[in-house]
Amino acid sequence: MQLRENAMRIVFMLAACFSIVAVFFICFYLFINGLPAIAKIGPLNFLTGMEWAPSNELYGIFPMIIGSIYVTAGAIIVGVPIGILTAVYMAYFCPKKIYRIVKPAVELLAGIPSIVYGFFGLVVIVPLIQDVFHTSGNTVLAASVLLGIMILPTIVSVSEASLQAVPDSYYEGSLALGASHERSVYFVCLKAAKSGVLAGVILGVGRAIGETMAVIMVAGNQAVIPGSLLHGVRTMTANIVLEMGYASGLHREALIATACVLFVFIMIINLSFSALKRKEAKA
Amino acid sequence: MKHKKDRTSLALSLLTHVAAVITILCLLFIIAYILIRGVPNLKPSLFAWEYNTDNVSMMPSIINTVIVVLMTLLIAGPIGIFSAIYLVEYAKRGSKLVKIILLTTETLSGIPSIVYGLFGSLMFVLSMGMGLSVLAGSLTLAIMVLPTIMRTTQEALVAVPDSYREGSFGLGAGKLRTIFRIILPSAVPGIMSGIVLSMGRIVGETAALIYTSGTVAKVCTDVFAPGSTLAVHMYRLMSEGLYTEQACAVGVVLLVFVIVMNSLSSYLGRKLVKG
Repeated sequence: MQLRENAMRIVFMLAACFSIVAVFFICFYLFINGLPAIAKIGPLNFLTGMEWAPSNELYGIFPMIIGSIYVTAGAIIVGVPIGILTAVYMAYFCPKKIYRIVKPAVELLAGIPSIVYGFFGLVVIVPLIQDVFHTSGNTVLAASVLLGIMILPTIVSVSEASLQAVPDSYYEGSLALGASHERSVYFVCLKAAKSGVLAGVILGVGRAIGETMAVIMVAGNQAVIPGSLLHGVRTMTANIVLEMGYASGLHREALIATACVLFVFIMIINLSFSALKRKEAKA
Repeated sequence: MKHKKDRTSLALSLLTHVAAVITILCLLFIIAYILIRGVPNLKPSLFAWEYNTDNVSMMPSIINTVIVVLMTLLIAGPIGIFSAIYLVEYAKRGSKLVKIILLTTETLSGIPSIVYGLFGSLMFVLSMGMGLSVLAGSLTLAIMVLPTIMRTTQEALVAVPDSYREGSFGLGAGKLRTIFRIILPSAVPGIMSGIVLSMGRIVGETAALIYTSGTVAKVCTDVFAPGSTLAVHMYRLMSEGLYTEQACAVGVVLLVFVIVMNSLSSYLGRKLVKG
C-alpha cells in the first residue's frame, strides 16, 4: 500500500518534470543545429547582413528581423487600442446580457485557426489594399491589419482579467469624488490595472512575432527591408517555413539559426511578461 | 440623478463602444465571409475517399486529423493531468522544483508553432529516425498543447473544495485513493474543457505539422506513415493557388469544428463553476 502511494508519487513528479525536459530538448536541438551556422557565417554577418541569397552563400537575416519588428509594430498599432478599449467595455460598460455574447465571441476569435485567418487575409484584405492603393496587395499593411485582428483576443482577455481584479472601492471612491463613470474607469481603474494591461500587450507581441501561416499568405515575402507600408516584407517565421522544405547544408543550418534568433526574441518577451505578472500579483 | 456629462466623458464612452463594435464586427465578418463563400463549395465529391488532382478530396485529411488528435491527446493528456496532480496535491508551494516547472511551462506556452515544427523535425523526424510521420507530428503537438492541459487541470483541481479531501482522509482513504476516487471525478468538467480546448488547437495547427507529419493527402496506414491534417491540407490547396474555392470549403469545416469545440469547452467550464 505504502509502496503504491510512493510509486505513484514519483510517477506524478516525473510527469511534472516532463516540461523541463521538453524545454531542455528544444533549446538543445535548436542551438546545437543553429549555432555552428552562426559561427560559420559570422555572428555579425548573420545578424546585420543585408542580403539573403542562399544561392550566393549570402545569409544576412537583418531584413527579416526588421520585417518581424515592422509587422509586429503594425499589429500593435492596429490591435492594442481596439483591444484595450474592448476590454474596458467588457469590464465596465457591458450589460450582463451582452457580456454573455461578447465573451464567447472573443474566445472564438482566439480559436480560429491561423490558416483560416491567412485565407481571409488573402482573399479579403489583400485585394482591398490592391484596389485602394493600386499596388500589389501583399504588403506590410496587410500583414499588420491581419495580425492586429489576430492578437485582439489575447489583449482583450488578459486586460479584461486585470481590470476585473481592480477593487470596486477604487471606482466607487472616484465616483464619490464627483468624477463621471467614464473618467473613473479610464483615469482610475485603467491606471490601476496598468501592469496587467501591459502584460496583455506583451503577450500579444509574442503572438504576433511568432505567427507564421497567416503572415506568409499576405506579406509578399520578399527578403528586403520594406521601404514603406505598401511594400512586401518577409518575417523570420516566414523565412523558416518557406525555405525549410528544400534547403540543405549551410542554408538549412542558417534557417535553424533564424529560429534560434526568433527563440531568443520570444524568450525576452516571455520573461518580461512573467516579470510584469509577478509585479501585478504583488501589487 | 442624471446629469449632463462633460465632453471627455462622452468621447471616452463613444470610443469604448466603437472599439467593442469593431471587435465583434471583425469576428462576424470573418465567419460570415468564410461561410458564405465556402458553403456553396462543400460538394459531396470533396468528401470522397480518394484524393487526386482532379478531385482534391478532404476526406483523407479529416481521417488523419482525427488520428493525430487522438494520438496527441493520448500522449499529452496523461502527462498533463499527472503533472497538474503533482503541482496541486503533492508539491510544496514555492519549492524550487515547482518554480522551475512553472517557468518551463510558461516558456512552452510562448514558443511559436514554427519553432515547435522545426524542433520536431530535428528531433523526432531526423534524430530519432521516425521520418515524416503522424507519430512525429503528434509528439510535437503533444508538447505544444501540454501547457494548456496542465493549466486547465490545475485550475480544476484547485477548485475542488478542501472539505472533499478532508472528508476522504477522515474516512480512512489514502492519498492516492482520494485523488482518483474523489478529487479527479469532481474535476472532470474542468479537465475536459482543457482537453477540448487543446483539440481545437491541434485541429487548427499548421506550421508545426508541415515538417513533422508532412503534406501528403493520404490516409496514414500506420503511425510511421506521413499524412496531412485538415489545416495543412488547406495550406497546400492555398499555396498551389489553383484550389481557392476548395480551400474555402475546408475553411468552413475547420471553422465549424472550432466553433463546436469552443462552445463545448465553455459549456464544460460553466458546469465546473456551478459545481
